[in-house]
Amino acid sequence: MINLVVTIGQRCMFVCQMIGRSGVFLSQILGWGSGFKAPVSRVIKQVYQIGVLSLPIILVSGVFVGMVLALQGYSILSSYGSQEAVGQMVALSLLREFGPVVSALLFVGRAGSALTAEIGLMKTTEQLSAMEIMGVDPLKRVFSPRLWAGVISLPLLAALFSLLGIYGGAFVAVNILGVYEGSYWANMQGSVLFYDDVIKGLIKALVFAFVTTWIALFHGWNAKPTSDGISRATTATVVQGALAVLGLDFILTAVMLGGF
Amino acid sequence: MSLKAQTFVECRHMSFRHEDNAIFKGINLSIKRGQITVILGPSGTGKTTLLKLFCGQLLPDTGEVLVDGQDLSELSRADLLHLRKRMSLLFQSGALFTDLNVFENVAFALREHTQLPEHMIRDLVLLRLDSVGLRGTAQLMPSQLSGGMARRVALARSLALDPEFIMYDEPFTGQDPISMGVLINLIRQVHSDLNLTSVLVSHDVKEALSIADQVFVLAQGKIIGAGTPEQIRQSDNPLVKQFLYGEVHGPVPFHYPAPELTEQVLSHD
Repeated sequence: MINLVVTIGQRCMFVCQMIGRSGVFLSQILGWGSGFKAPVSRVIKQVYQIGVLSLPIILVSGVFVGMVLALQGYSILSSYGSQEAVGQMVALSLLREFGPVVSALLFVGRAGSALTAEIGLMKTTEQLSAMEIMGVDPLKRVFSPRLWAGVISLPLLAALFSLLGIYGGAFVAVNILGVYEGSYWANMQGSVLFYDDVIKGLIKALVFAFVTTWIALFHGWNAKPTSDGISRATTATVVQGALAVLGLDFILTAVMLGGF
Repeated sequence: MSLKAQTFVECRHMSFRHEDNAIFKGINLSIKRGQITVILGPSGTGKTTLLKLFCGQLLPDTGEVLVDGQDLSELSRADLLHLRKRMSLLFQSGALFTDLNVFENVAFALREHTQLPEHMIRDLVLLRLDSVGLRGTAQLMPSQLSGGMARRVALARSLALDPEFIMYDEPFTGQDPISMGVLINLIRQVHSDLNLTSVLVSHDVKEALSIADQVFVLAQGKIIGAGTPEQIRQSDNPLVKQFLYGEVHGPVPFHYPAPELTEQVLSHD
């Protein structure tokens, strides 16, 4: 019994410690680093690594999610005789939920795990120590550009995901299911609001981007410098990243629908 | 010369623990400016840890580490980073940045700490690479180099900013005889050419003693021998002798601490 209490206590202390450490870590990498030009070129390089290289998985998934939404939407809406509204349904689901959430989940799996493994290995092979000993702060040199690159990349990826999804939905609804093309687009245009749907969706993506990149970087930095340690860190990134995205999605949706 | 001018690094009664293990128990040593100091010791005695203490990556639990007269534990992060520009550590693995090619690896510190124009950086990097004989590898990635070449590139990189003090962590481990010879020559040569203070941590007795001016033997958390290579060779400390001549039997036991064999093998409950 006492052992159980002790274990629970230790576990809680460990979690609190981790939260504290990751907070301190975040505050240290939030700075920009010295100068302007060099950091910008580093961020661009990372946007390529994190964002551009994630494009294939994001774009293909976007098309398929849009196509499935059109199929499902059509079968439900047609039972009410309102299959003309399928365009509106596809666009709203993508912009509000599927775009930010699914692309964030894919982002965690594709880019987050890569970041953790990359930084974990840099730590294992003493590259981070080497940098520190050369008088260069790895938090500014290695971590900051990656954080900013993640924050820039994911909202753009989410926007592209929704865009491709809407075209995928149009293909299925119009070319396969025979919905009148004019009503697919007109219904969408009539019901999608720029601030309430598009911007709020992008705000979600921005929050997910920040949190998932932070989680990925922290686990890389905190990884034990062994092969087992890196594998654990990568797993932790994916699990915690995915949970954070879904949990935050609920909170953000509640706040946004609450008339915020 | 004053004491400060003669000594570059000094440890005073320094102790350091890692988790529950006492790694150093009150060590006193001083590294003289302009000399090659070799720290010998069996694997796992914390030789690498000692180098990390010298450059302030780790701080001692008690006692102090002074570098160029400054107590490392009293320096701010910015001062520490500043001090580190004057020193350099060559990691056992080389620790080259795997996402940059050889040229960019050597240029790294120059780009970070100076505002030199591109053509000067290029010349400096090529000169450094030439001095380790690897100018031709400038455009290769670190993964394309052999272990010995990676270590030479790392040496070129650590010399990029003209440090005063350079530390080598096990430079001879895992080298074939040719690159071993090349490395010994290089270490000697850069030491005298650049007027360095060098510290070399190693367990390769023969090679290390051949280039040392001053030797410390480290074992079981203490300094068990100090002096010139000749004095160390003639030491009658049994631990030093066992280490120097690679004897199986001596104060360092063959067996890791364990219960009696008969007790452990014959008990079946």
